[in-house]
Amino acid sequence: MSDTVLSRLIAELAGGRIRVVDLTQTLSPDFPQIVLPPEMGQAWPFRIEEASRYDARGPGWYWNNFSCSEHTGTHFDAPIHWISGRHLPDNATDTIAADKFVAPACVLDCSRQAAADADFLLTVDFLRQWERRHGRIAPGSWVLMRTDWSKRTDPVAYQNIDETGQHTPGPNTDAVRFLVEERGVLGFGSEAIGTDAGQAFHLKPPYPCHYYMHGSGRFGLQCLTNLDLLPPVGAVLIAAPLKIKEGSGSPLRVLALVPQTAPASAAPRAARKAIKRSSVRKRRK
Amino acid sequence: MTRPLLRSPRKNPILRTRLPTLPPSARSRVALGLTAAAARGRFELQVCRDCGTVQYPPREACRACLSARLDWRAQDGTGELVSETTLRHSHELFFRERMPWRLGLVKLDSGPLIVAHLHGDCAAPPSRVRVRAHLDRAGQAALVALPDKDTPHMADDRELRELTCDPKFRKVLVTDAKTPLGRVLVEALVAAGADLVWAGEAEPWKRPPGYERIKALPQVAIVPLDVTNSRAVKELAGEIGGRIDILINTADHHRNFGIAARDGVETARAEMDVNYFGLLRLAQEFAPALRARGADGQSSAVAWVNVLSVFALSNFPPHGTYSASQAAALSLSQCLRAELAPAGVRVVNVFPGPIDDEWSQTLPPPKIAPVRLAADIVAALRGGAEDVYPGDVAEDWLNRWRDNPKALERELAAMPQP
Repeated sequence: MSDTVLSRLIAELAGGRIRVVDLTQTLSPDFPQIVLPPEMGQAWPFRIEEASRYDARGPGWYWNNFSCSEHTGTHFDAPIHWISGRHLPDNATDTIAADKFVAPACVLDCSRQAAADADFLLTVDFLRQWERRHGRIAPGSWVLMRTDWSKRTDPVAYQNIDETGQHTPGPNTDAVRFLVEERGVLGFGSEAIGTDAGQAFHLKPPYPCHYYMHGSGRFGLQCLTNLDLLPPVGAVLIAAPLKIKEGSGSPLRVLALVPQTAPASAAPRAARKAIKRSSVRKRRK
Repeated sequence: MTRPLLRSPRKNPILRTRLPTLPPSARSRVALGLTAAAARGRFELQVCRDCGTVQYPPREACRACLSARLDWRAQDGTGELVSETTLRHSHELFFRERMPWRLGLVKLDSGPLIVAHLHGDCAAPPSRVRVRAHLDRAGQAALVALPDKDTPHMADDRELRELTCDPKFRKVLVTDAKTPLGRVLVEALVAAGADLVWAGEAEPWKRPPGYERIKALPQVAIVPLDVTNSRAVKELAGEIGGRIDILINTADHHRNFGIAARDGVETARAEMDVNYFGLLRLAQEFAPALRARGADGQSSAVAWVNVLSVFALSNFPPHGTYSASQAAALSLSQCLRAELAPAGVRVVNVFPGPIDDEWSQTLPPPKIAPVRLAADIVAALRGGAEDVYPGDVAEDWLNRWRDNPKALERELAAMPQP
């Protein structure tokens, strides 16, 4: 094999100098789905029915039929998902250019703030401070909000719903507009069940991350996990939704390529340990 | 005086579990009239339209005047016990396993002389008794004579308990304890003396008001159960299926749409997934263990209760897709009843009219209160019926449907859309 970028990438992967980190939650019937008022149309949770298991229904093979929403589990939001993005060109899972599915990621560590305040809202100030430490957010990057929310393996704690609705962190309106209008990001990703905060219905406009990201052709990723294994900059995401005709989104496997010499917080030893952990992580049965 | 039932000692695990046997169940088609009435908790006998004779056993013609014009009419069942006997031998396996068995001859005030199972508190003849028609373990009408006035602990009588599904000292699964009915039903079962109530919980992140209260009851164990999740149903059946004596399916998905009022099939599909497929999933996973325990001692597996809706009988267009899912569930429950029959496990279908809850908010009263419905379900388990129409609306719809199904269809179609 001649010495090309790809051959060097393969060599780096084989040598363990680039690791593959899985940012995906397991698709399981127990994983919570988004909650809407009960009179509205609902997103299906993940459900699975056995077709056969080496038995009378199929003597030599095991397989299942499953059902879920386009927005179940770790999933991708296409611009057509939101009313603000409905008239954009190439706004659905089948028409988005495939080169958009491989992109660099900036990881904002909001874990301390989210632990202190479930309703934490990411601000422009926070973004500017982050940029002072890690450099300007490059156009075409994913911006991932690390909150460690995925460590809440109890679905009740993950949903965090009380009489006033859901309480999960997300960006405020100004931060979203800054990322879209001044940084030209590819999209926004979160560990919670939506890219918007749990109480984002009360922001102006309601659900600003959905409204502005999708309104300008950007994407969303939610229910991510293992963001604590990524460096602030330097990782590359592979996030390709299923090619659903006119799909508004899709569950997907999100993988991150992480260089082991990555700057700042991701020390190789910690990352190795964590990568091992990521392969055995399992949500409540 | 009936000796109050004591909690049975723990089962000896090295003994074989007794297999269910049934009392004789062959009946002529005419005699099934008695069963049809008993299924609704009524005691009816044939009454001759020409000469007024009340007759028993059921026949094709009047025993007095040979008229074929016989009507099934409700009986109050009062009469006099004229003789009694205690069976100490039988070739019927069911009775052989339950000796001694007390029987009596009762002269009903309306005329006929009948043979009845005799409650232990009936005084020696001659004495006044009340005769009731209960379904027996074979699902056929059996006549039982009770003392003319209630006595303490009379439900604990050994013979009567063979004809009822009393929750006392039994273990009950309520499949969805979060519905308005589920919450109060769990409490009612505890009050009725159930040993243990497993309260099924779907979507644990949703906490309806009043739900925390049942969690605090010492007899209640919250178990994860979402009837749309096949794996969860299978898992729970594996864990507790072999201990359940009574299963009450309260899982319900109710939206109020006809065909035109809602685009798409999502709502209808969700209704079918809970109300029809949910029942199917439960039946596939839980029924086998119930079948195996139909004669497992004093607290055997006895009943499977489906909380359906009177809309199952005839479509209520403002709740049209819900009605369709209930009709599907009713049909499936008949299959389940046939499959549980050999084990002597009774399938009780409950057909309430509109329940006073959020999904019937805009329907005018009368609506049945969840607490009343729960009381009626417990009463049904203590009685001998398998089809229960609780509340005035359900009773009214049933009567109109029995009288003329086409008329009811037209009447329901003419009701204003809320």
